[in-house]
Amino acid sequence: MHTSKQIFALVDCNSFYASCERVFRPDLAKTPIVVLSNNDGCVIARSYDAKPFVKMGAPYFQIKDTLRREGIVAFSSNYALYGQISERVMTIIEGMVSSSEVYSIDEIFCDLSGRMEDLTVIGRSIRDRVLRCTGIPVGVGIAHTKTLAKLANHTAKRLQAQTGGVVDICDPHKRDWVLRNTAVGEVWGVGRKLNAHLQAMGIQSAMDLAKADKVMIGRKFSVVLERTARELAGVSCMELDEPNPPKQEICCSRMFGKRMSEIGSIKEAVATYTARAAEKLRAQGSVCKKMRVSIRTGMFSPDEAKYANGVMIVLPYATNDTLLMTNAATQAVDHVFRPGYRYSKAEVMLLDLRQPGEFSDDLFALTQPETSNRLMGVMDSINSRWGRGTLRTATVPAEPEWGMRRDFMSQSYTTRIDQLWTAKAN
Amino acid sequence: MHTVQPLAACARFFPVRYAVVPVMPSSILGAISPSHTRLPFFSHRVPAGFPSPAADHLEKHISLDELFEIRAPHMYLVKIEGESMIGAGIYDGDLVIVDRSREAQHGDIVIAALNGEPVCKRLHHKGREVILQSENKAYPARYILESDEMMVWGVVRYSVRDHAYV
Repeated sequence: MHTSKQIFALVDCNSFYASCERVFRPDLAKTPIVVLSNNDGCVIARSYDAKPFVKMGAPYFQIKDTLRREGIVAFSSNYALYGQISERVMTIIEGMVSSSEVYSIDEIFCDLSGRMEDLTVIGRSIRDRVLRCTGIPVGVGIAHTKTLAKLANHTAKRLQAQTGGVVDICDPHKRDWVLRNTAVGEVWGVGRKLNAHLQAMGIQSAMDLAKADKVMIGRKFSVVLERTARELAGVSCMELDEPNPPKQEICCSRMFGKRMSEIGSIKEAVATYTARAAEKLRAQGSVCKKMRVSIRTGMFSPDEAKYANGVMIVLPYATNDTLLMTNAATQAVDHVFRPGYRYSKAEVMLLDLRQPGEFSDDLFALTQPETSNRLMGVMDSINSRWGRGTLRTATVPAEPEWGMRRDFMSQSYTTRIDQLWTAKAN
Repeated sequence: MHTVQPLAACARFFPVRYAVVPVMPSSILGAISPSHTRLPFFSHRVPAGFPSPAADHLEKHISLDELFEIRAPHMYLVKIEGESMIGAGIYDGDLVIVDRSREAQHGDIVIAALNGEPVCKRLHHKGREVILQSENKAYPARYILESDEMMVWGVVRYSVRDHAYV
């Protein structure tokens, strides 16, 4: 029976990165897979069959032997591939529901309110269609609130065999069963620390939190947890698509693929990170007045000299011009660089972000010239048409020697014409 | 005190309008120097001749992206290697556009994973048997055995060839 109450579905891709690696590798359908972080540092994703052998976050060098022994295949993270497949998955789902909200690279909330069909049937058809069109398995959780939909999704994953990956807990009996049989630590937004506090108060299951005194929860913890408790009890407090406010700061920082001691290559890296940060800045339509550039050596190796330094730059006017920002950032490197160290990381942080024209400066204050706006507009459209880095400042190298280590990278099957998947006709 | 100015440029198509411009008393402060500020020059071009009869019938350009649906989330580009499908007009090095949303039917050209290896063949059902058929006499039909693992990955919808290099 359908009431006029709202109905949400959370669709979540199973082991998303590992599943993406399998799309164009049918030979790996039954081989366990792990995906490594940038620079092949540690494990950030595991296929189901790899989970018993490898811990999340395990450093690659520590698990090399385990991987070989268990026949597990490791991949460097291929975000171009994951991003493209995510876009396909989301587009397919968006076409099947009236409204939706992409929550992360592998999760999307959908509105199923007022649908006449059996909700489980809708969930199954979403699952089947995504699997057929992309090869990505998904789980679907359906409930009257977003928090409960997340919980239903969790249950669908946990009881994959019994549920076929779709769980509808709009029925109060089913909802209560799930609430009773889920630890409070598994609830959306309850982290390890919060979990410990709640346990100490005798709140152990999701049901305990749903039944707890909401005002007390709000007072003792936060309004966020109070909202969670209300949502668990079936009162919808979160709508689809609550717009995210523009970010107040933007950061681009990465470890180099190897240690570097030359100022030239560090400037290249800083220019590259600045260009990326400025792109993000323009994408959200903001400008920034301050930047912070910092560099550091490795901090954990006992036989290396340690050094870290950063400098704040006040720009002549609030800007999002890559040229101006790159100029400032590379000059900043001259201030913080000390010869004789082996550097491992640089960071570019944009601060004091605002919308253009948000503060009216005095009449004579400098503002970003219109020509810069036009130039950046052209640069962004060229780079979105022909690929990131097609048009760049001369400081940014095409193939940097300090680039990320990605020794086990799969092809860009869907985004590079020279790397398309090949099928044999023989 | 008011003056009345007709806006002559528009007179051709619109009835004459009048703009009311108040004249204010003013005094000049100091000498006037050139500012080098560029002022935009507006020109209202009114076509003098007969308007193009095609103007109302202009349509957008034909897009191969749209024709081949390659922006659809279920369409994929796959490169073909080998000669076994030349009878179907698919040659070595061709690009095929693959639809993953369609259930493969008897007779469809498909991309299939045969024991983990991607192949391009024509799918045939004969009674209870499944066959991956080539379109070239030099290549025998491949009957799918019980020990085989075969998964249809997608259905080939279009193919693209660079004729400069054939």
